Amino acid sequence: MRCAGLDVGSRTIKLVKGCGDGFESVTAHTGVRPLQRCRELLGEAAYDRLIVTGYGRMLVGAELGAATVSEIKAHAVGARSLFGDAGSVIDVGGQDCKVILLNGSGGVQKFEMNDRCAAGTGKFLEVMADTLEQPLEELGRMALSSRTEVNINSLCTVFAESEVVSLIARGEEPAAIARGLHRAIAQRIATLARRVGLRERIVFTGGGALNPCLVSMLEEKLDFRLSIADDPQTAGALGAYLLAMASEASSLQPVQA
Amino acid sequence: MTSENQSMWQELGIDLPKHEVLMNALGPIFQEVYLSQSNRPEGMGFYDFVVGDIHGIRVRELREHAKGGGKVVATYCVFVPEEIVWAAGGIPVGLCAGAQYSVPIAEEVLPRNTCALIKSSFGFKLGRICPYVQASHLIVGETTCDGKKKMFEILAEQQPVYVMEVPNKKTAAGRSLWREEVGAFRDKIEQLTGNKITADKLAEATRLVNDRRRALKRLYNLRKANPVPISGLDALLAMQVSFYDDVKRDTQMLNALCDELVKRVEAAEGVFPKDAPRIIISGSPMAIPNWKLHHLIESAGAAVVCEESCTGTRHFEKLVPETGGTVEEQLDKLAERYIDINCACFTPNEGRLDDIVRLVREYQADGVVHYNLQFCHTYANEAVQVEKRLEEEGIPLLRIETDYSDEDAGQLRTRIDAFLETLKCAAPA
Repeated sequence: MRCAGLDVGSRTIKLVKGCGDGFESVTAHTGVRPLQRCRELLGEAAYDRLIVTGYGRMLVGAELGAATVSEIKAHAVGARSLFGDAGSVIDVGGQDCKVILLNGSGGVQKFEMNDRCAAGTGKFLEVMADTLEQPLEELGRMALSSRTEVNINSLCTVFAESEVVSLIARGEEPAAIARGLHRAIAQRIATLARRVGLRERIVFTGGGALNPCLVSMLEEKLDFRLSIADDPQTAGALGAYLLAMASEASSLQPVQA
Repeated sequence: MTSENQSMWQELGIDLPKHEVLMNALGPIFQEVYLSQSNRPEGMGFYDFVVGDIHGIRVRELREHAKGGGKVVATYCVFVPEEIVWAAGGIPVGLCAGAQYSVPIAEEVLPRNTCALIKSSFGFKLGRICPYVQASHLIVGETTCDGKKKMFEILAEQQPVYVMEVPNKKTAAGRSLWREEVGAFRDKIEQLTGNKITADKLAEATRLVNDRRRALKRLYNLRKANPVPISGLDALLAMQVSFYDDVKRDTQMLNALCDELVKRVEAAEGVFPKDAPRIIISGSPMAIPNWKLHHLIESAGAAVVCEESCTGTRHFEKLVPETGGTVEEQLDKLAERYIDINCACFTPNEGRLDDIVRLVREYQADGVVHYNLQFCHTYANEAVQVEKRLEEEGIPLLRIETDYSDEDAGQLRTRIDAFLETLKCAAPA
């Protein structure tokens, strides 16, 4: 039986496909035509079961005739399969930040998400990387290397950007500014996490988990170790894939992209 | 009809090009949100008609009333005792404050970080796009929040405004202040209309408004059925229209709708499958045409079965005792009934927490969605206590903060989907 889980995020699309334990994952940029990108990723093959999650799940699910599931549930399932004793999940994606508390059986007990603004999300760091003329992938390393740190007062992406511009004009080191930005975002995520209440083991998923500075500052703020899988970005797609595998045969339609 | 409307709007000083944009926007939204629902009760036909001609027929009735020397009194809040207006031969009309379209207009003057309800209502006046505002002789505001309080001062530069002071505490002093305010409002309305409010007229008005409350209560009681015979969206629309339609006709229409729903309940006919997740929305009011949250929840497969809000149970649950007596005695009863509304403007407001828990049991709800408009500090802060109380009671809660724009629809859908998934997990297999 061929199954797939597709996570259509705001920045990247993640696909996990396979049969049973043998599965592979692919990541691609979302771009401006997510549906077309999904079709390219899925290829010619037909899938017995496909579940779509992520921000674009409605569009892609409807177009492909596939079932959908929220990212919250997908990440919960994905995290539990990566770490069998996962108690909570922190996911920092392109435009969302979620904190999920799991119950004993791995289901979602409680969750919080950032409200409409981009503070505390990957988008925040993306905008700031641009302002500091650094590739996003390098921003965390640069911040981690700095011995000094500038205090950032604004959490709003728009205001923080102006703040960064004035810090640059004051002659502050880009690395020190970057470090301050990471501190601000870690604080924001930690606040969200405390609202939900964390239970060990804490799994960190999403593109944010690829940022070494964010990981270290978040661990410091929360006073917990974070567990990160090799490929933290695909946790949601993995969850969708596992849900597709586990679903009743009659409940899902075969899909061909 | 259209050209008749056009000339009426012109006479009312409406900004016709802007108004047309608003009207053209409403049609497709109503189509998408309302007319796409399946198996709607036939009784909703009246409400569809009312929305289809939202700035036409009812405004014409108000104009006819005014031509005969009658007065139109516009309100924004369930604290304004409409019985007094009816008793003086006036017509009260609850103003729309639920459209995104008027928000940017208001932002030319008001601070951006003001709640959408305040900005929307102010924008309707500033942009001259609401014929109800234009047709009214007096706008009655209240002090239920600081933003509104200050907005009314600015609004008063444009049109006559009268503000009732709602106290912050339901103490003896607060109640006595409110009783005085109700008396002063009576004086103001008598002065405006030139009509004396007699004991008989007030008793009659009290009965009429109570009749509508009873009809709304009947509607809500029918929503307790499983499967639910009417969507939350449709019930919300009937509720919203009750704020500006004629009280007698509205009561009649509500009861006709209820008669139909009774048959549906007897036949176990519903608009959602039996045992679909049942949600109560609690929090800020949803003024017409704010249907955003209901639409998101119901298109995700859950039924909204009750609203604990000013466009919900707070509007009708308590009746004014129809014990008659002198005008002053009746005003006592009226004042007591109104101050018992559990609005977040009061401190403390524990009654509201009890209300939510009671409603969850009564409506056999699976969960509560707490809704507060962004920048509405009273409801946003009270949500902390709501969360604590519901956790103690073991009632699932999702907190949503939003406004009238659609930019956060994606995030909200994710949260709503995830919330409904957790309810399914919790449901006994």
